[in-house]
Amino acid sequence: MLQVKNLKVRVEDREILKGINLTVNKGEVHAIMGPNGSGKSTFARALSGHPGYEVTEGQVLYNGHDLLDMDPDERAREGVFMAFQYPVEIPGVNNAYFLKAALNAKRKQQGLDELDAMDFMKLVKEKLQVLHVDDSMLKRSVNEGFSGGEKKRNEIFHMAVLEPSLALLDETDSGLDIDALRVVSDGVNAMRSPDRAFIVVTHYQRLLNYIVPDYVHVLSDGRIVRSGGRELALELEEKGYAGQTAAGATR
Amino acid sequence: MEAVASAAPVWVRERRDAAAKRFAEVGFPTTRLEDWRFTNVTPIADATFALAQGSFAQAASLVSSVNVPGALRLAIVNGQFAAGLSDLSAMPKGVRIAGLRDGARDGTDGLEQHLGKVFNLETHPFAVLNTSHLDDGVAIMVTAGAVVETPIHIVVVTGGDGKAVVAHPRVLVVAGANSQVRIAQTFIGAPNDVYFNNAVAEVVVGEGAIVDYYTDQRESDQAYHIANIQAHVSAKGVFASHAFSTGAKIQRHDIGIALKGEGADCTMNGVYLADGERLMDTHTSLDHAMPHCTSHEIYKGILAGKAKAVFNGRIIVRLDAQKTDAKQTNRALLLSDDATINSNPQLEIFADDVKCTHGAAVGQLDEEAMFYLQARGLNRLEARDMLLHAFAGEVMEGLKIPALREQIETNFFTALARDVAVSA
Repeated sequence: MLQVKNLKVRVEDREILKGINLTVNKGEVHAIMGPNGSGKSTFARALSGHPGYEVTEGQVLYNGHDLLDMDPDERAREGVFMAFQYPVEIPGVNNAYFLKAALNAKRKQQGLDELDAMDFMKLVKEKLQVLHVDDSMLKRSVNEGFSGGEKKRNEIFHMAVLEPSLALLDETDSGLDIDALRVVSDGVNAMRSPDRAFIVVTHYQRLLNYIVPDYVHVLSDGRIVRSGGRELALELEEKGYAGQTAAGATR
Repeated sequence: MEAVASAAPVWVRERRDAAAKRFAEVGFPTTRLEDWRFTNVTPIADATFALAQGSFAQAASLVSSVNVPGALRLAIVNGQFAAGLSDLSAMPKGVRIAGLRDGARDGTDGLEQHLGKVFNLETHPFAVLNTSHLDDGVAIMVTAGAVVETPIHIVVVTGGDGKAVVAHPRVLVVAGANSQVRIAQTFIGAPNDVYFNNAVAEVVVGEGAIVDYYTDQRESDQAYHIANIQAHVSAKGVFASHAFSTGAKIQRHDIGIALKGEGADCTMNGVYLADGERLMDTHTSLDHAMPHCTSHEIYKGILAGKAKAVFNGRIIVRLDAQKTDAKQTNRALLLSDDATINSNPQLEIFADDVKCTHGAAVGQLDEEAMFYLQARGLNRLEARDMLLHAFAGEVMEGLKIPALREQIETNFFTALARDVAVSA
């Protein structure tokens, strides 16, 4: 589904990613771990097409297409979803109205009929139930005045409605208490399917107790220095990131 | 400009003559005057506009193009009340409506008392000019205690079949004590016609009365639109003005509200879209003359192309006006590098126990918000429109006539799509 080859990314004249290689297949959950400043969020944001992240080298193929050639909205309509680390507050834009517009933009791209307000609400109500999200969230402006936990839950709610093929979760666990973490994780787990892949970016292994990854990659100084299975996350929990450099990596 | 000749009552002629004399003294404003520093009206002063007479080809179709279902319609064509294009079939109880000329001739109650008396002639040269041509327009008189459910829609259409004309439409609203009324005024003209529309509206809000006043300025792109709304609000009266502007080559709005009785409340909101090479100038003035009055003011501008905007928001809190609560916000979004705005809050506070806040902000669209919307699948144009909807929404929400709101929103966003360039 996703092939990342030698991806180099610059942010404001600083090279942050220095050659990432990663292959993600359908149905897989990959965790990207690493200390602060290792470039893990940069990786997620570059894949989503954030204009502040300049790709200087490398290639990303998504279902065989050049992902880097696509605008952020095209990527989204093609099934790439990013759950933001810091969801943006947008006063005056109704959450349900926005989500309906986003879903219909995607359906239009897929050649499907746009959902009318009634069908949309029916779909939304189903998703809300699964996620235990309060439906008052629908009536509010996008993320405006939401608590940290509400914002993250809203991201997962958007994801559930938009049903992406590839979901990027950018530090979705940061700032969540244990209950919110469980709700968010349940939401993600409910969406795991053989057709859908996840890239979960996180600093802590805690999230991976709930969302159990198939693969764990350790990022350090802009490169993946170690890759392994779930046990790698547990090892990091125990020993920390110190010593996780390219030189010390066990292959 | 030509003089008006008609057999008007003596008091009308006297007011007209006094204004003509006054205008001969003051003339057109120049940019040397503080209030006109950024708005050069020489294109109006130097041009020759014939006083519009009678109707023009597109008048009827323009009137019907802005039809608001369910509303009473009063048409003003080239400054004259046009009974034939009006629709008074749903005339509610408690309202008297008259063409100004007929009303003056027939001695309609309150007309002589109020017409030309609400605003301060000295300070508005164009209002003086309007009064010097005082002839026709509409008067809306609401009986004390009447709650008028049916909205009243004044449609002002202007055009000269290719000839450059000037019109001086005039509106007077007198809302009796404890009455309620919603009035909308749409300005529309023959597309691409060069004309000069010099409008004046006077509103008298009686004790405890509630008056909503909406304006939708969508004049021809080549038109000059000068409008002056002045309202007096009595004790416990409520006046809400909402102004929407998308048209004209040069627009100058002066909106003045005087809170003349204790416990009066007013809202003075507006949204304008200035694109192309338009100049949109809004001067608001709030006079807190009495204690315990509140005012809420939000003006929002969207600027694109090479447009220029001017916002001047004056608030006077007089010595006696203790416990005043006044809030003014002025925000502008610049969608292009070439658009400019001059924004100037002007607070003059003479009382010592008041709450008075103002804020002005000029900025661009929030790029992080744009990215968030795009990352969910909306293209740049859709994302931009959604943010602009939200930006304007705060003021649009004040439109309490649903059919009018829909019409104004549609016009606004059609205008927005017109030639606002989307940055890549």
